[in-house]
Amino acid sequence: MSENLTARTIMISGDSGDRIEAYLARPDDDGPRGGVVVIHHLPGYDRATKEIVRRFAELGFNAICPNLYWREAPGAAPDDAAATARAAGGVPDDRLVGDVQGAAEHLRGLSNSNGRVGVIGYCSGGRQSVLAACHLELQAAVDCYGAFVTGTPPEGFPLQVQNLVDQLPGLGCPLLGLFGADDRYPGPEQVAELDAILTTHGKEHEFHSYEGAGHAFFSVDRPSYSVAAATDGWERIAGFFGRHLGD
Amino acid sequence: MCTYATFADKIAGSAKGPGTPWMAVSDLTVYFDHPVHAMAGHTLNIDVTDPARGPSARVALELTADSARRLAAAITAALESVPPELRAG
Repeated sequence: MSENLTARTIMISGDSGDRIEAYLARPDDDGPRGGVVVIHHLPGYDRATKEIVRRFAELGFNAICPNLYWREAPGAAPDDAAATARAAGGVPDDRLVGDVQGAAEHLRGLSNSNGRVGVIGYCSGGRQSVLAACHLELQAAVDCYGAFVTGTPPEGFPLQVQNLVDQLPGLGCPLLGLFGADDRYPGPEQVAELDAILTTHGKEHEFHSYEGAGHAFFSVDRPSYSVAAATDGWERIAGFFGRHLGD
Repeated sequence: MCTYATFADKIAGSAKGPGTPWMAVSDLTVYFDHPVHAMAGHTLNIDVTDPARGPSARVALELTADSARRLAAAITAALESVPPELRAG
């Protein structure tokens, strides 16, 4: 826990060295502290996501959220930026990995860093969290109800993303998965498939599915918010990152 | 879920939001996904934009699925209620 923290908007080097905006929150002490990269959901780099970043600082981690839509919409309101990025086709997977790498390197360069960095993402960011953990040197990853980590899009579904099944052998750190039992994307069958694949590959993972919760149960500003699931989920996230990102 | 389902097209016309002047719009994006403001898990979202003027040049709607169908039906009914020659362009 950290009673005092500082949060600010900064610029970091993202994929290909591009300068992109990011939101950084840090405990006000000398550390050493682990770091958390927060991947925002498809609706963007918004107020609720920044609240999550500050909560990680309150939990005792340096935390950063890169603005994945900065290139398409620098300085725009989060909803306008999300609309622009969507119209442009969304965030390419390789660019996402590069942006998370830049954010992780920024965390490791902070004066109070202990060198350990984890990643967490929500919704589309859940899939992107797993993606990043399959390609980057990270110490822990959390997937909050990311669709299409496994599974096949329904027939005729105009989806522009692919599942990550062929990339899962590269998962390089423990994975915590938090899911709603009533969610359909990912549904229980996709969660079970991911569980089985990771077990087959010998990857350390811990999954929890909450009865009575659907998709986006962490979203405090949406009707999908579930007090019971979110409260337990935050406790599990704090414990998981505490074990893997602490000294 | 984030559906990623997005349908885009070119359009011609004008749009206006509260407290802003009219603007010409050239692009349309329609998608069924999480809303920013509407109190629903997923909505039918419509953006009419002028990308040349930047991301903020946008008028947006977030409608429940039933509301979106009503809008689509009303648009179709309005178009079909007038003589064909008025619908040119």
